[in-house]
Amino acid sequence: MIRLADHRTQLRRLERRHFLRRGLSLGALTMLTGCDLSTHDGFFDRILWAMLRFDDRVQAALFNPHRLAATFRPDQITRPFKFNAYYPISQVKPPPSDWRLEVDGLITDNTPWTLDRLRGLPQEAQITRHICVEGWSQIGQWSGVPLKIFLQHIGADLRARYVAFDCFDDYASSIDMASALHPQTILALDFEQSPLSPPWGAPVRLRIPTKLGFKNPKYISTITVTNDYTGGYWEDQGYDWFSGS
Amino acid sequence: MSARTTHPAILRITHWVGAAAMITMILSGWAIYDASPLLPFIIPPGLTLGGWLGAGIAWHISAMWVLMADGLVYLAWGFVSRHFARAFLPITLGAVLHDLAGALTFRLAHDSDRYNAVQRLLYLLVVAAGVLLVLTGLSIWKPVQFGTLTWCFGGYDIARRMHFALMCCVVAFLLIHVTLVALVPKTLRAMVLGSARP
Repeated sequence: MIRLADHRTQLRRLERRHFLRRGLSLGALTMLTGCDLSTHDGFFDRILWAMLRFDDRVQAALFNPHRLAATFRPDQITRPFKFNAYYPISQVKPPPSDWRLEVDGLITDNTPWTLDRLRGLPQEAQITRHICVEGWSQIGQWSGVPLKIFLQHIGADLRARYVAFDCFDDYASSIDMASALHPQTILALDFEQSPLSPPWGAPVRLRIPTKLGFKNPKYISTITVTNDYTGGYWEDQGYDWFSGS
Repeated sequence: MSARTTHPAILRITHWVGAAAMITMILSGWAIYDASPLLPFIIPPGLTLGGWLGAGIAWHISAMWVLMADGLVYLAWGFVSRHFARAFLPITLGAVLHDLAGALTFRLAHDSDRYNAVQRLLYLLVVAAGVLLVLTGLSIWKPVQFGTLTWCFGGYDIARRMHFALMCCVVAFLLIHVTLVALVPKTLRAMVLGSARP
């Protein structure tokens, strides 16, 4: 004989589980209805994308070209320094043997650059905090060519809106011209006083301490000066494009 | 304002807009927390707003404008109308201890026209926590442009931890606040319609 009293606890437990599952699927529902940037036509997603563009404009207005990111002493450098990319460190590729830094767009000199030629330009060193969009941060040391000097050497139109970066690991990003001309924005060739090794972006990476980490592309193959918005690997998925610090 | 009005309209509007903005900030903040948890656990993604880091940030930097605008209106009104001075002051340690003992033994009667000392303390603290949340939030959003502010909080890392701890304080407040509203439901009527009595 089955008596209800014997199974009351069990039943209550089932009810509770059912309630929890409904609660969780409510959370899942919010994902389905497009409030996570997965669509471009959902009601909330349209608002969120518009707000991201609005925040980009606010951040551009807040950007002070003369304000420097804080710098640190050598003993404050984070060790070990954390590797970060959209793939694990085991998939890092060395630079192609025929690597040259290509330059394109609104410039007067299209000649590709070798590493030696880049080393012939004035160099700047910095110890700054690299802040990841995820929230963690670490202090590192880089040196290389100020991007402003490089852009002047290739005859870039410094009134153009964007500087875009394409990388041989299929990463891409782009930044506003004002941030590109900031004195701490460098094409880094060295990390901790040695030439960049593959995990840190060999042979050339962007180091821009006035923006979040994902705006510091490694493994650069082409730099394009343009008035056309090109977004980037993460930006196209919904990280806010300006992402200024 | 009628003699019966407990909460004027501006207080009720800023309360509910602020509540919606704060809850949006908390739930989207949890999505951001999960990308790089400070403690050895994550918030179940189903409880977060956005479900992933990018969407969490998008919600967070959208709702922050609502929270800041609402907070500024509330603070300006609170000071100019002398609401803060009348409703929250004086507040003494003796009164807080007396009313706290009363509340914990269920012997503190709710007076709709006057905040008791425990309410005064909690409301003052949550307003202060809200202000500090915005300031620590701004200092981790813009540690270069608002570098002085970030420096005041002891740098990026400490500001980030303070931002998290303050969120915990507001969540604790919400739990207490909502529990007490459930125990004294007429306060909900007052915050919606303005008066605890029909």
